[in-house]
Amino acid sequence: MTVGLNEYLYLSAVLFAIGFFGVLLRKNTLVIYMCLELMLVASTVALVAFSHFNRTMDGNVFVFFILTVAAAEVAVGLAIIVALFRRRQTIQVEELNALKN
Amino acid sequence: MSDIFFYLFAALTAGSALAVVFTKNTVASALSLLVSLVGVSALFILLDAFLLAALMVFVYAGAVVALFLFIVMLIDSHGGDRKPFKKATLVSGFLAFALLVLGLASFAKRGAQEVIAFDAPSASVPVGASLRAYGEQLFTTYLLPVQIVGFLLLIAMLGVIVLSKKFEGMEDVK
Repeated sequence: MTVGLNEYLYLSAVLFAIGFFGVLLRKNTLVIYMCLELMLVASTVALVAFSHFNRTMDGNVFVFFILTVAAAEVAVGLAIIVALFRRRQTIQVEELNALKN
Repeated sequence: MSDIFFYLFAALTAGSALAVVFTKNTVASALSLLVSLVGVSALFILLDAFLLAALMVFVYAGAVVALFLFIVMLIDSHGGDRKPFKKATLVSGFLAFALLVLGLASFAKRGAQEVIAFDAPSASVPVGASLRAYGEQLFTTYLLPVQIVGFLLLIAMLGVIVLSKKFEGMEDVK
């Protein structure tokens, strides 16, 4: 049995689901952010697999843009987390309840 | 042969992704993320996307994970002496996870029945392998997105500078 498009799509779905699970489960903002990155990477696996099995370049180029946007997003997000830590002295989500009540 | 490599790297990627979620230590999570990203770039090599595999290692493993480790070092979050999650969160999170997997699996299964099977692209030259193809696409069809993305990077850089600057006379914001 040879590995086709479906195997790559299953892997991508599993990776996305693991990242989603982590976002729901963890309380540390940094780990939640890592799981978000995991979800982005899962979508790139699907795009590259589509591009390879369709013999077009568009998926690969799209992954190129996703990498760029992810780098910018990580820089801004981590700066926000550091600013948050400076002000509130915590990054645990159960203690960041300023919007409650 | 490449099938064995696919299953090997898929297991490596998924296993270390699970380790990102379940390890208590934040540094261990970041290092597991690194292993997972290296596995994904190995899968890109199996899919003939050599440039993307290299970029994945440079950008993600080199820059993003290093940035994460710096921030973990900067913020002593006392991750070790508290529970990483509650049991109720575990159950509800796992339910949502199972629902998502079920939906995606049914989607993929239906797609496998109805869509025509792609023939194995080993005979012809792989499209993702040549740098020339990337250059032609990026500077003709996708020229406007390239410029927008460059502008986005500039905005992100300015945003990070503004966010990490200390403002003296802004007591009203607090």
